[in-house]
Order: sequence, then C-alpha cells, then structure tokens
Amino acid sequence: MNEPLPYPAAPVRHGSNSGQPMTRRDGRLKVTGAATYAADTHPEGLLHAALAVSSIARGRVSFLDVEAAKAHPGVVEVITPQNRPALAHDPDSKTLPFSFRMDALQNDRVRYAGQPIAVVVAETLEAATEGARLLAPRYEAEAARIGFGNGLPEPAPMVGVGAPGRAETGDLEAGFAAASQIVETGYETPAQYHNAMEPHAIVAAWDGDHLSIDMPNQAIAMSQASFAAFFGIPVQNVSLRSPFLGGGFGSKAILAGPQVLCILAARMLGRPVKLVLTRAQMYGPVGHRGATRQTLRLGTDAQGRLTALEHHAVSETSTFDDFIEPAANASLNLYASPAILARHDAMRMDTGTPGPMRAPGEASGSAALECAMDEAAQAAGLDPLTFRLINYAETDPISGKPYSAKELRACYMRGAESFGWAGRPLAPRQMRDENGLLTGWGMGSALFPAPMFQAEARAVLRADGSALVETSGADMGQGAWTALAQLAADGLGLDIDQVEFRSGSTDQPDGGIAGGSGHTATAGGALHAAGRDVVARLTELATADPESPLFGAGNSGVTARDGRLVRNDDESRSEAYADILARAGLEALEGTGRGARDPANAEARAMFSHGAVFAEVKVDPELGQIRVSRMVGAFAAGRIVNPRLARSQLYGGMIWGLSFALHEEAVHDLRSGRVMNADLAGYHVPVNADTPAMEALLIDEDDRFVNDLGIKGVGEIGITGSVGAIANAIWHATGVRVRRFPIRIEDVLGL
Amino acid sequence: MRPFHYSRPSSLAEALIDMRDALAAEPNSSAAFLAGGTTQLDLMKLEVSRPDRLVDLNALRGEAGHIRWDGTSLRLGAFARMAEAADHPDVRARAPMIAQSLSLAASAQLRNMATLGGNVLQRTRCAYFRDTSWSACNKRVPGSGCAALDGVNRAHAVLGTSDHCIATYPGDFAQALLALDASVVIAGPGGGRTIPFARLHRAPGTTPHLETSLRPGEIIAEFIVPAGGWFRRSLYLKVRDRQSYEFAVASAAVALDLEGDTVREARVALGGVATVPWRAREAEALLRGRKLTEEAARAAAQAAFTEAAPHAHNAFKVELGQETLVRALLQLATMETPR
Ligand SMILES: Cc1cc2nc3c(=O)[nH]c(=O)nc-3n(C[C@H](O)[C@H](O)[C@H](O)COP(=O)(O)OP(=O)(O)OC[C@H]3O[C@@H](n4cnc5c(N)ncnc54)[C@H](O)[C@@H]3O)c2cc1C
Ligand code: SF4
Repeated sequence: MNEPLPYPAAPVRHGSNSGQPMTRRDGRLKVTGAATYAADTHPEGLLHAALAVSSIARGRVSFLDVEAAKAHPGVVEVITPQNRPALAHDPDSKTLPFSFRMDALQNDRVRYAGQPIAVVVAETLEAATEGARLLAPRYEAEAARIGFGNGLPEPAPMVGVGAPGRAETGDLEAGFAAASQIVETGYETPAQYHNAMEPHAIVAAWDGDHLSIDMPNQAIAMSQASFAAFFGIPVQNVSLRSPFLGGGFGSKAILAGPQVLCILAARMLGRPVKLVLTRAQMYGPVGHRGATRQTLRLGTDAQGRLTALEHHAVSETSTFDDFIEPAANASLNLYASPAILARHDAMRMDTGTPGPMRAPGEASGSAALECAMDEAAQAAGLDPLTFRLINYAETDPISGKPYSAKELRACYMRGAESFGWAGRPLAPRQMRDENGLLTGWGMGSALFPAPMFQAEARAVLRADGSALVETSGADMGQGAWTALAQLAADGLGLDIDQVEFRSGSTDQPDGGIAGGSGHTATAGGALHAAGRDVVARLTELATADPESPLFGAGNSGVTARDGRLVRNDDESRSEAYADILARAGLEALEGTGRGARDPANAEARAMFSHGAVFAEVKVDPELGQIRVSRMVGAFAAGRIVNPRLARSQLYGGMIWGLSFALHEEAVHDLRSGRVMNADLAGYHVPVNADTPAMEALLIDEDDRFVNDLGIKGVGEIGITGSVGAIANAIWHATGVRVRRFPIRIEDVLGL
Repeated sequence: MRPFHYSRPSSLAEALIDMRDALAAEPNSSAAFLAGGTTQLDLMKLEVSRPDRLVDLNALRGEAGHIRWDGTSLRLGAFARMAEAADHPDVRARAPMIAQSLSLAASAQLRNMATLGGNVLQRTRCAYFRDTSWSACNKRVPGSGCAALDGVNRAHAVLGTSDHCIATYPGDFAQALLALDASVVIAGPGGGRTIPFARLHRAPGTTPHLETSLRPGEIIAEFIVPAGGWFRRSLYLKVRDRQSYEFAVASAAVALDLEGDTVREARVALGGVATVPWRAREAEALLRGRKLTEEAARAAAQAAFTEAAPHAHNAFKVELGQETLVRALLQLATMETPR
C-alpha cells in the first residue's frame, strides 16, 4: 500500500489543439437554428403519438374511453395494457445494464402520478393529443404516500449506482468521546426535476426487423443493446442517432417507458412514429433527484480538528425501484477525520423512480456537509476557510489511499484571494452594502469523483493527409464534440481543421456514457489513442522504407506534428503523412483506440476533482429577497482540454448550485401525490437576472494517474460546494441558519 | 385539438358584431376574445378555457393601440403592448408607477406580445385552477369546491378571500391603475360605457367564477388615468422569488402627494396578496394629514392587513405584505420628483 507508485516515464506529448480555448464546433448550427434535434425528424409516413398519463399516484385504471378516442378523426390506434403487443424483455426486470423498472403499459396499476397509462397514435399531433384527452380515464384510487411523513421507511444496503449504503472508518464513538465540541444538525433537500430545455423525444421507424431511432441519448451503445433486448432483435439491427441533445443532466442516460412505447407503436402500425413528451409529462416517468433528509454529527477537538464525522441520509425512492441519492457519501473523501460513518436509509413513496441528476448524491450531500462544516466552524469560533484547512485531508479519509493529485489547497488560496475573503467578519449580520442590504460571504469545498468508463474510437488517415475520427459520443451542449475533436487531432498530430469528427450515432464505435463527468476522459482517451495508433502504423511504414527520409529513425524515434513525421535526431528530416501513404500505395490507414483506466492505478489511488467556491449574497432585511451578487470558484480538475468550454461548464455547475440553493423544488399536493408546479413558470430555475458576476479559476493540476492524458471531468463539480457556499453566505448575512432547500423569503424572515 | 371558429375582425365595431352574433346564435357560447394570447392560448392548451369561437382583436391595434397624454390624463389603448407602454416616455416621466408595474412583469418576450387590456384580465395562477384533472375548483367549475384551501397555497391570497376561493389575482399593472383612480372605457354591443377601474374586478365571494363586471361581448377599449398631485411621486414595488419572469409574492403600488413631509393624499394598492387588485383605503385614510414617519407607515400597513386571512403556507404574506408597503411609503417619502 505504501510503496511508491511508479510514475509514467513522461507525460504524453500534447499537441497544439488541446489547451486552446476553441469555440464550439456546433455553435453556428445552434445559434442559426440549423442544428436538427431528434424531434425535427420527419420521415415519410410519420405518425404522431401522445401519452395519456395518470392523475392519481396510486391505484388502478378502471376505465379508458378507447371508443371515443378511436372515433376522433385522424386517430389511428389507441394502445392500452389490453392490446399492447408483447415485449421480448420484461419492463419490470432489471437485468439490462444501468436500467430502471419502467412503465410500458404492462398492466393497469398506477404507481405514481404522471405514469403513462395509454398511447394514442394519430396522423397529426393535434389528433393524437385530443385522442389522449378523450380517453377520460377513471381510477380506483388508493391513498397516495408522498412526503417523508407518509413514506415507507426501509434500509438501503445499496445507494446510487451500485455503491454500498454504509461506509465507515475508525471508531466513531471514541471520536465523539474525544471531542470537545459536537455539532449535530440536519438538512432537507426537495425533489428536483432535470428539466432539460429539449423534452424527451423519439422518432422510431422499422424496416423489417431493423429498427432506426432518433432520440437524444447520453449512452448510445448501451441504449442500442437495451432496445434490441426489448424487441428481441440482434443488437446490430438497432441504429440510433442522437444528433444533438438540448441538455440531458442524467435524465437522457436511462431508458424510460415512453421510448419503448413509441418504438412498439411504430412496429405495431408499420409506420414511423414520433413521441415528444410535454413539459408536464417530464415530471413522472423520466427520473428526478429524490428528496433527502440528512443529519450530521461533527465532533471537533480544542484545535478545531475533526474527531468524528457522521452523516446519515434518508433518500426518497419509488415503491417499485431503487435509486437512493447517495448523499451521505459526500462526507467520505473530503475532510480528514479519524472516524467517519456514512449511512443511508430509503423512504419509499408513490413517485416515479429517481435517477442520476446533476451530481447525484454529491450535490445534495455537499449541500448538507458544507453547511454543517460552517456550523462547526462557527461553534469553534474559526473562520470557515481556516477550519477547512485545519481539516485538510492529505490522503483519502475513507480508504487511506493517496490521491492521484489534489490541488485543493491552491484552490482555496487562489479562490479566497480572488474573492477577497480575507477580513471577513466572523460573526453574522455585520456587513451592509450601500443600499442597506445585508451582505454575507460564505464558502464551500467542491469535490467530485474522476471516473472513467469504457470507450472505443477509430481514426482513419486519408490519402490527402486529412483524417476521419469517430466515436459515439454525446454532445449535450457541454461542447463534447469540440473537446473530443481537439484530443483526436492531437493524437493524430494534425491540426483540428484537418480532422473530420463523427459522433452521436451507433454507426461509430462505442463512445461510452456521457455521464459522471467522465466523458472527455473516456471517449477522449479512446480518440487520442486511435490517433496514436495511426501514427504508430505510419511510423512503421516510413522508418522501414529506404526511400523515406525517416528510414532508420527507429531508435531515436519520430514525432508526429502538423501532418508530418519528424525525426527526433534530426528535425530537418521529415515527411508528410500523405507522402508516406502514397509511396506505400495506401488509400487510407486505420487505427483504433480504447479509453479506460489502468486498473492498477484505479486500485492504488483515490481520484477526484477538487475546488473551492466563494459566494456573496445580498438579503433585504425586511423584505427577505435573497440575491447572489458574486461567485468565485477555483477548480483543479487535471488537464484542461479547452479552457473556454471548461469555464462554461463550471459556471453552469455553479448556477445549478444557485438553483438548488434558492429555486428548485417540486411541490407536491400530499393528498393526490401530484407535482403542482410541473411547468417552467412554477418550477423555478434562475433567470439571467438572478445570475451573479461569476469567476471560474482553473487551477493547474498534473495528474499522472487518472489516465495517460491527465484528464478529469468538469461537468458536475461546479454544483458541489456552491449550494453550501450560498447557504452559508445567507447565514453570514442574516444570522439565520436555514436548514431546508430551497431557501425562501419566509425562511430568512423567520416567518 | 378541439376545433373552434376563428375570426379576425378589422375594427372594434366589427368585433362587437362578431361576438354579438356568436352569442345570439348560441346563448351558452364559450366564445372568447384573443389579444396577445399569453393567457388565453395558455389556458386553451390546458383545457381550462374551451372556446367554441375565438374573436381575434389584434387588428384593432390601429384603433385602440395608442399611448397618449392629453393634457390632463394618460390615455392607454387596450391593445398597446405591455412593452410599448412600459417604454413610453410620457408614461415613464408622468407616472413612473405604471411603467414600473409593466416592466417588472413577466418577461421581455411576454411583454412584447401581451396587451394592456389582456393584462388586466389575466387569470389566476392557482395550480388547481390550471390543472383540469382536479375536480374541486369553484372558479373553473362553479360549486365544485376549492382544492387550494387544504392544498398547496403558498402563492394564494390573504386579502379578499372567501370560503369559496382564495386564488391570488396575479397581475401587476392593475394595481397601478387602481391606485391612480383610472377608469375603463368599454365598448359593448349595446353601446359604450366608462367605469372606474375599481369596479372592473369582483371579489370571489360565493361566485369566484365571475371575475369581472364586463358583460358578455364587451371589449375593453381604453384606460384613462387622470393626473393628480400624487402622479409623479409614485412607485410600484414588487417582491418576488426570483429577479425576473416571476409573479409577485407581495407588491405595493403607492402614490403620494406631499406637502413638506405631511401627506396630502395617499393612494395605495396591493398585489400578490389579494384575490383582486386591492385598494387599501384604510391605509390611505390613516396617512392622510399625517407626517410620513416610519411609525405612520407601519400603522397604515397594519391597517391594510387587519382583515388578512392566511392559510397553511401563506401566513408569511401578512407580514411581508406590510413590510412591502412600509418600504414603498418610505422610499416615496425621500424620492426626488421633478416639478
Ligand atoms: C410565465 C408567465 C409569467 C407572467 N408573469 C407576469 C407577471 O409577473 N406580472 C404580470 O402582470 N403578468 C404576468 N404574466 C401574465 C401576462 O402579463 C398576461 O398573460 C398578459 O398580460 C395577457 O395579455 P394578452 O394580451 O396576452 O391577453 P390574452 O391572453 O389574449 O387575453 C387574456 C384574457 O383577456 C381577454 N381579453 C383580452 N383583451 C381584451 C379586451 N380588450 N377586452 C375584453 N377582453 C379581452 C381574453 O379573452 C382573455 O380572456 C405572465 C404570464 C406568463 C405566461
Ligand atoms: S383557490 Fe380558487 S381558483 Fe384555486 S382551487 Fe380554489 S376555487 Fe379554484
């Protein structure tokens, strides 16, 4: 365990493309409206499907007026559990990778409000919509169990995606016994919905037993295999195009009932079918972030060092499947403590099954942990940043392993400096601005795992020296196709303009999952490796060819640069790729690459991105209006492939945090179990005017262990730390500690 | 989609005839007018409004889309867009409260579509009203009950409520018109009439489905806002959960005529807290003739809310509404006004 780890001999040479703040390749298409999203597909003979969804949360559907719907002009078919054709795979099973039990009209049970209960297919969207309305469902309703007071508690042996529900180190009771001060506190977070701008949409068409699908999707190859299983056809018979995603946030990584039903309708009717969820229908079958109730206990000694840290989360899940927001695990890897216990329980409710959403677990857990840390710092009379530095973890607290790299200290320092943290009064309610608004400063630490999945890529060098590279990646607006192309070009030793980049469909090698903030590292690693594979083959050709200026350069080697191979021992001797291919009589030269983590490194090191977020809020002392005026985040996340896109991602994450802290909440009617604010007028996210002056500092970090390229992720880390920073700033401004999210006017006014 | 008949008359006279004919042919007709459509079309998509006929009034912009100062009054055509009125120099300079109530409302896109007439007639945001799968909503289905009484009611009203309905009147502009004693010019099939704006909206009482005193087929043509000593010293203060694109949790439209620091006249209307645009006459009476101190402002605010009847989630509005009014009064007291 404590043996020194071998360092890779040298960092992989990085070409001139990575590190450049290039603008999005798809930017022009998007701002001119030329980018086509899945719902923009209109194949010949298209039919339109509309869902009917349940308005009760529990019970059974006792009647649907199918006759009335069918009689409506233009309606072609009404699909209910009565006539729904069989599926080759049981939607209530969980045997497919990363799958959730879904509602695909398998019976007349209703297990949450908004569950699909019928599909109406018609010649026009209008006719389908009216047909769905004419179904006028009747129910045998049972009492809805919604809210923590009404749910069914249950232990949670597993949380998140296959993580244990309990983790501990050290002797907790001894830790608390040794503490000179114990802070015990609790925080509540609400159910939140992904609300991507682009609703879930799918266009499905069958040609014999070949299925083609257009849909926004964060996990193309995995979805291809799952759809093949549902319809009992070979995997290669499914082609899936995910051209652009108008946001996914996790909700487009997991298949849901509506998609399967649309494909089924297309097969049943022998024509292509399109189904686009309405905004309101996105509050049911397509996942959400489950609500949590968290309690924390922090013991500290006289110096302010943690002696014990306990974090318990009760997370909402559905009655029929498990996704337990792994909130308590946020306390496992950040602060040094001789004893740590994180544990979870589930609370089953009549709701759709939650799923991964914008840092699942990390976000809600960080919100509670960072607030609790602030409370402990306050109790110890310490500045919140000082308190965190005192408890800085030099090794991963839960495993004892060294970090692959950790520049958190630099994040704290640079962030604090840029924010102007020094001189912050310890006591709350000390600062006012020129308009008399209460002003407060708060901070939080940011932490997010740096996972890698599996991906493959192909690169083909063409006779003219340009190249084609491909992997089935997903651009959700984060700029993946730009950053990935940068890495591909570097692997090939070409300028990015010489590289044709293809992605977003099953025609390409498996690009893995765009999730967990691991897409750039994984798919990018595969693309880079594919390019290097091509260069290796090219080098072999050239150095073995007596007519090449590179002949015999085998020992000292060559470097690929600007479309040429250059001798390392004599830079004046080089040859263009095109010339090498021409002499070898090759039309093209293909290479492949894989992106995955070295298992030895994965075993030996704890791998995380880190950051520090500082926030300033203004609170009206009488009117309670809360506005965030400034946010500064400093993040160390390995090698930054594209600083412009990375900053955008981090801004986005910090705004998610603001949204979590002050706005987002699905409000349920406890009698019916229904979400009462299922639209964007009622479900609040920040608008531009709510978005503060923001700064995202990129802290250099050389991580030799995460992968050859030293790349971590920046997609989700921004939300961690930010929620706590804002909540802590509100306390600092007002002296009121609000322990539920989102924080509202009435909370800070104590009303 | 439900089929409906659509017409787009080219004049006010024609529009009145269109609607009169529709009502004559079918006395129970659900025919409705269409202006900017930001309420009407929204409610049609939700199936809350199911008109068999839509009479589109957008061609009337030439006839009644004006914004004009006539020497004694601001005259605002019902078909002027919210954005046009909010940005109009006469409105901004003469009655800042009106401009503020409009520019703090909705979003830029909505303000570019929505008309002044449609704005004052916008319907409540009560979620039980907007979702037809709730059977209990007296406003939508008379006599069916009120799901909000024991439901989610943070956004609901504390003033002007009844056992039959507690839905908040959501708009902003109406408070300004009410505070400034505006009148409404109405064109009707049987001729025109002008009524005080204060008489346009009806408190829910036992008939929350009857929201205004407009008669079938009547069209709002214009708002007339008479100048007063309080015109310039006026403001609209809106408290909300986010900085833009959001309805008021509490708001106050206040205008003052001061002599030194003594109140000659006060005009106070409250939004976000009441079932209809709410004139706080008790508060005005308390202020009249008094020095505008914080104490006086608080007394007035308290008076405005003595009748408040909160429910499970909106009790905070009683105090917040008072604080909002206090703030508006104190801000006005120190406001510099060009003479
Ligand atoms: C997301 C959202 C946020 C909003 N936020 C705010 C806010 O913060 N503050 C605010 O004040 N408003 C807000 N609004 C409401 C918006 O301002 C109104 O929908 C708009 O002003 C209505 O005007 P319109 O011209 O679109 O009316 P329409 O929708 O066309 O009509 C509304 C109603 O009035 C009737 N009607 C229209 N004109 C006339 C007339 N001249 N005579 C007789 N009847 C007529 C119609 O038949 C219909 O019943 C918001 C709306 C939305 C959708
Ligand atoms: S408050 Fe009014 S609008 Fe809302 S449910 Fe009750 S009756 Fe209907």
